Amino acid sequence: MTAHTSDLDFAASILLTPGGLDLQSLDTGLDVALGAGIDYADLYFQRTWQEGWVLEDGRVKEASYNIDGGVGVRSLAGEKTGFAYSNQINESALLDTGRTAAGIVRSGQKRAGQPVAITHAEHFYAGIDPLAGLSAEEKVAMLMEADRVARAADPSVSQVSASLSGTYEVVLVRASDGTLAADIRPLVRFNVSVIAAKNGRRERGGAGGGGRYSMATLKEQGAPAIYAKEAVRQALVNLEAIDAPAGQMPVVLGAGWPGILLHEAVGHGLEGDFNRKGSSAFSGRMGERVAAKGVTVVDDATIMDGRGSLSVDDEGTPGQNTPLIEDGILTGYMQDKLNARLMGMAPTGNARRESFAHLPMPRMTNTVMLAGQDDPEEIIKSVNRGIYAVSFGGGQVDITSGKFVFSASEAYMIEDGKVTAPVKGATLIGNGPEAMGRVSMIGHDMAMDTGVGVCGKEGQGVPVGVGQPTLKLDELTVGGTQS
Amino acid sequence: MAQAFDAAAQQQELVARAEEALTLAKKLGADQAEVGASVDQGLSVSVRQGEVETVELSRDQGIAVTLYVGSRKGSASSSDASSASIKAAVEKALSIARYTGEDPAAGLAEASLMATHLPDLDVHHPWALDTERATELALACERAGSEVAGIHQSEGASLSSGEGVRVYANSHGFVGTQKGSSHSLSCMLIAQDEHGMQRDYDYTSARDPRALRDPQSVGREAARRTLRRLGAKRPPTGTFPVLFDPSLASGLVGHLMGALAGGALYREASFLCDKLGEPLFPEWFSLEERPLEVGAMASSPFDGEGVQTRHNRFIEDGRIASYMLSSYSARRLGMTTTGNAGGARNIRLEAPQESLEALLSRMGRGVLVTELMGQGVNSVTGDYSRGAAGFWVENGQIQYPVEEFTIAGNLMTMFKGLQALGDDIDTRGSIYTGSWLVDAMTVAGD
Repeated sequence: MTAHTSDLDFAASILLTPGGLDLQSLDTGLDVALGAGIDYADLYFQRTWQEGWVLEDGRVKEASYNIDGGVGVRSLAGEKTGFAYSNQINESALLDTGRTAAGIVRSGQKRAGQPVAITHAEHFYAGIDPLAGLSAEEKVAMLMEADRVARAADPSVSQVSASLSGTYEVVLVRASDGTLAADIRPLVRFNVSVIAAKNGRRERGGAGGGGRYSMATLKEQGAPAIYAKEAVRQALVNLEAIDAPAGQMPVVLGAGWPGILLHEAVGHGLEGDFNRKGSSAFSGRMGERVAAKGVTVVDDATIMDGRGSLSVDDEGTPGQNTPLIEDGILTGYMQDKLNARLMGMAPTGNARRESFAHLPMPRMTNTVMLAGQDDPEEIIKSVNRGIYAVSFGGGQVDITSGKFVFSASEAYMIEDGKVTAPVKGATLIGNGPEAMGRVSMIGHDMAMDTGVGVCGKEGQGVPVGVGQPTLKLDELTVGGTQS
Repeated sequence: MAQAFDAAAQQQELVARAEEALTLAKKLGADQAEVGASVDQGLSVSVRQGEVETVELSRDQGIAVTLYVGSRKGSASSSDASSASIKAAVEKALSIARYTGEDPAAGLAEASLMATHLPDLDVHHPWALDTERATELALACERAGSEVAGIHQSEGASLSSGEGVRVYANSHGFVGTQKGSSHSLSCMLIAQDEHGMQRDYDYTSARDPRALRDPQSVGREAARRTLRRLGAKRPPTGTFPVLFDPSLASGLVGHLMGALAGGALYREASFLCDKLGEPLFPEWFSLEERPLEVGAMASSPFDGEGVQTRHNRFIEDGRIASYMLSSYSARRLGMTTTGNAGGARNIRLEAPQESLEALLSRMGRGVLVTELMGQGVNSVTGDYSRGAAGFWVENGQIQYPVEEFTIAGNLMTMFKGLQALGDDIDTRGSIYTGSWLVDAMTVAGD
């Protein structure tokens, strides 16, 4: 598919028309933001409709609906950024915020904006309202089904909570480099969390998934039963878990969601802003070996319906599949316009912002390690004593020192080449470039996560995806209690 | 060039909007309703390597309506508080309430609990700050840090200043308003040696700009914190005492408060379920909440549902003396609210304090932790395993920086094993505490 002016017309009718604006009239606002000494300015219009339904104790206890929207105006001069926003979209708000943003510099040459060039981008998801796909009765029924399935799955299940949430987002970007782009983004998610109690122990299990599609698709996939069963399974595994070991040992990561390792250990360190500023452990290492042979990592915004996918980013650049590491060699950074321009590179469609009230910066979309040759069973067999981690709660990285951590929510001992007892959630810690150098086996079973990730950077949260095959790291520090 | 912010006028406007929403909710058939509304405005300037990097003016507003039809609940919110948006929000919340389930515990807090004593707690100190002045202060802070020998580059300094008004009103006729301000200055620096780069930061924050530390001291402290990390090694693997610095100790208090919260308890998602009255800490340790402290970070005379806040003692002589409840979680647990809808306000500890030197000497051999990473805290079981950085201590003396290790244990054993508290109290947040010395945790390093 190619982009259509109809997307633009639709976005304009949602975002501009109510405040008496149209696409042509944006030139005036943009001209103000492109004040003396400003070399780039953009206007970002956004409206979001969010809906959330929550089940607890066998009943739908809460439901909420939120409408948000406004315009963010940004003026750039060299490395300087002026930014202001308003939740009103009309001419006076546009002129006020434009003047404020352009106030970052007070003198210099007054540039003219480039002629409008409509962004033609492929669509990586359908531009639909995902909330409208189901009736309220059907949404309630999905939550009730999750409750029923989870409770029926095992008598030790004592608490079940489930949630169904969705966001319908319409954005329009107009920039002084001529960019004019619109995007209509659906995003939905279904989550189940259970508490199971047995023999005086209590443990939690959780599962969920979603993507950029309609709530109706979640229903067709059978999301309530799938995630309810998975949450119960995980809770039951954790009820049997023994204390995790402490110290350095081989770690095998399962396929899919454990790709959070890439996100933390590699991804953040390859965002353009950190590298322009020289504050990343990967700074200045372009073309060098930063991972073991066989390791290929991409940031892929083009995965159909993926949670992190973007048809166009928040600066109007089309979403792309960007190679970051190819066969162990660092080959690319993720860029927005500001950092790409200052580094003499091209934007890669990675400019993202939480909302119109936040500044865009280089962010990941779906970060993926490509499949290798190894049989996942052989990978497990190759480990004498180590950990097999299949699910994680979350992670964090210090991009400057390269240190990252992530916390397992489901993991097992590997003893004599076999997966044995489940172990309590242990934190794994390592150094990004070092850990990537210790990847010794890569499975042929590349899988994406189910679509629940949220990445935080400088206080802004955006939805992301991760994916990887089963992976062996020869040595990583495991933070259990059995020393 | 901050836009003028007339807090009094904003407050009046928000109250009118809230009352409009309540009247409409009642008219359209809600039995009970509550409205929260806020407006915040701020200026944030960041500088990097001697130049302005970003100037950001923010102005956020929102209105949220929750209403009850019988014991069914619906909520809707909007970032626009026009009459049309309020009407749309009320209608949407009502339509949603038709589909939620009957919940006997749902509803407003009892009318008799609504706050009537509403003193001014002196938390609103706007700062007439323009971009030029904010830039000067941030530059001075960064310069003081960058000048310190060994600092390789700056990640920048930033000054943020904001104020806002919030209103909570409900169909009992309660209307609570509060004006507040907060200001902060932070600096992050990078140092480098042959082993690689290290970064660290420092910040100051306060409700009153006059209470901020001077910019130079923030920059210099950021430099000190960054430089001391260079040359870090990994500590040995084993069981050792752990000394948590004050900012991390306040995180431990945060885990405690999370486990005492009614929402976690009725969901059976807390390691402190059914533990009321039981010993959790050593006998010399008590912990309380002082919501009416004048000028403090989280002071408020009413909680998130209009209930009069009170001086709660959660830990008394080491025992769990009270849970932390809202009216909803209280009903679920068959108890009464403690005025904690929205959380705890101004946590203070009552316990003997020692100097950091005394704590180190008491520890002897172990690890002083100054940074924690990751989310490895299981609130259901209390299991705790997090990435850490800090210093290796022998004979009560700091030996060298350590990094890339984990500390693990269980919060209940850690609380029980609390040895002593420091007098190095961090007052930047709403939890005041000094360092915590915990007797034994598993350290996983080399």
